[in-house]
Amino acid sequence: MTKITDSPSRFSMPKLTRNVWKVWRRNLDVFMKTIRVNFLPSLIEPLLYLLALGLGLGGFVQPIEGVPYVNFIAPALVAISIMYGSFFECTYASFVRMFFQKTFDAIIATPISVEEVIAGELVWGATRATINSTTVLAVVAAFGLVSSPLFLLVPLLAFLGGLLFSSIAMCFTAVASNVDFFNYPAFLLVTPMFLLSGTFFPLSTLPLAVQTGVQIFLPLAHVVSITRGLVLGSVEASMLLSLVWILVGTFVFFVLSINLMKKRLIR
Amino acid sequence: MISSEALIKARGLTKKFSNLTAVDGIDFEVYKGECIGFLGPNGAGKTTTVRMIYCFLPLTTGELSVAGMSVTGQAREIKRIVGVAPQEDNLDPDFTVVKNLLVYARYFDIPKAEAAKRAEEQLNFFQLQEKKDVVISELSTGMKRRLILARALINEPQILLLDEPTTGLDPQARRLVWEEVRTLRKRGVTIILTTHYMEEAAALCDRVLIMDNGKIIEQGAPADLVKKHVGEDVLEVDNDEKLMETLRKEFPSARFEAFGDRIHVFTSQPHGVFQSFLKKFPSKNVTIRNANLEDVFLKLTGKGLRD
Repeated sequence: MTKITDSPSRFSMPKLTRNVWKVWRRNLDVFMKTIRVNFLPSLIEPLLYLLALGLGLGGFVQPIEGVPYVNFIAPALVAISIMYGSFFECTYASFVRMFFQKTFDAIIATPISVEEVIAGELVWGATRATINSTTVLAVVAAFGLVSSPLFLLVPLLAFLGGLLFSSIAMCFTAVASNVDFFNYPAFLLVTPMFLLSGTFFPLSTLPLAVQTGVQIFLPLAHVVSITRGLVLGSVEASMLLSLVWILVGTFVFFVLSINLMKKRLIR
Repeated sequence: MISSEALIKARGLTKKFSNLTAVDGIDFEVYKGECIGFLGPNGAGKTTTVRMIYCFLPLTTGELSVAGMSVTGQAREIKRIVGVAPQEDNLDPDFTVVKNLLVYARYFDIPKAEAAKRAEEQLNFFQLQEKKDVVISELSTGMKRRLILARALINEPQILLLDEPTTGLDPQARRLVWEEVRTLRKRGVTIILTTHYMEEAAALCDRVLIMDNGKIIEQGAPADLVKKHVGEDVLEVDNDEKLMETLRKEFPSARFEAFGDRIHVFTSQPHGVFQSFLKKFPSKNVTIRNANLEDVFLKLTGKGLRD
């Protein structure tokens, strides 16, 4: 008798083929079917923020390092939409597909592997992030809040950052016992990132220890920093370090989330 | 036509979930072109066995090959030639009926035009043409079942796995599924089904494997198993002291089995013995019926409730 020891490590490299795109394509097909419902909220939300915070609150705030407040927060809104688009896609939406709809089970019965299903979900999450943030970017541009042609690189960053947030989200999905579980990462990770990642005020106003903590643990800080640099045309050396964080983080969480999901789905 | 070539071969097949042994070292073969049924109470290990065949669950120990390929190394190739109709409804609720088939065809790399042609054929075969553009939530249970079958056939599989294909269906819908399964068998598709319904197994299967507690406890053609374990006729009588005494005297080797306040009497003696008994000792509330697979099943797996 052959003994099959099936305990893959948390970081074994997934074997992926172009099947990943078929899973991605399935989600795109659903998205296109409901594009109106998907599109409008991502358009309206940044408009509200620009109005309330940029024009409303911004009237009371001094320019930050010579940048008017509304110009300061506009790139952050783009970065936030990268996080929201991918994080919620790969938590709630992926969980519904996995747990309630059994869509993953159905796909795994075809020549597509578990790894490819999860990778397809992650790439789709990154795609959602790109779509959402590009919409926000267009709104920001329409308000004349873009001051450098470098902003054209933002969609590329959105895909990469989206893949990072999707992968982090999928790790939570792999251990979630029910939908309510996502309240934890939503309030303990996403909300702090939303408020503290140099989004609505410069990171430098925080105590040094907190600044360091943010830069180590809150990846949105790095996405905000690069987005702001590209939109305002103020490229700094620190952005390179941010990019390295994002690249390494994406790789680590991408591999980890696939292994965790594999462990959950294949018993 | 059933060939002597084993399409699926299991040796010492075992599946353990943490502290539960769901499948406990079973051996079996499935021959090309046959319809084979896995029977057993809840938790017997039927679904787990089927899930290992389509490479959904990895095995703990043992060997399992499908069309000469090992489930541990060649999952992708095996899944290409297998069609799966799972127990639970995992149709894609985000799509219409026809789109479910087309998206599934894409997972198998079937070119678009060919997929459209096959979807059309399946919709006709399963009488779903009218529901083509309807979303899944608007289908009845029977229609969903048929769509799951249609989806399982989209890759034109050599082996079709049906996990409780008619659970929850009304008698009409069940007969329709049976008809479709028979047609597929005639076309030469090898079919493996699990079921709780003995009349379903008797109606469809060339051979059944009865499982209990993860082991195969009996196998054979339904009619042979009935003859071997319960004989030809069953006498059902009220639990009446005097009558029982007479019966015991007349049929000393018979098996008596209580079902509520009714007694079922099984004997291996040939057809007609109960008729002659009733002529000698006329009694009320007596039924003579043919022995069936359910009698075999209850004899082998006991009457205790599972689950």
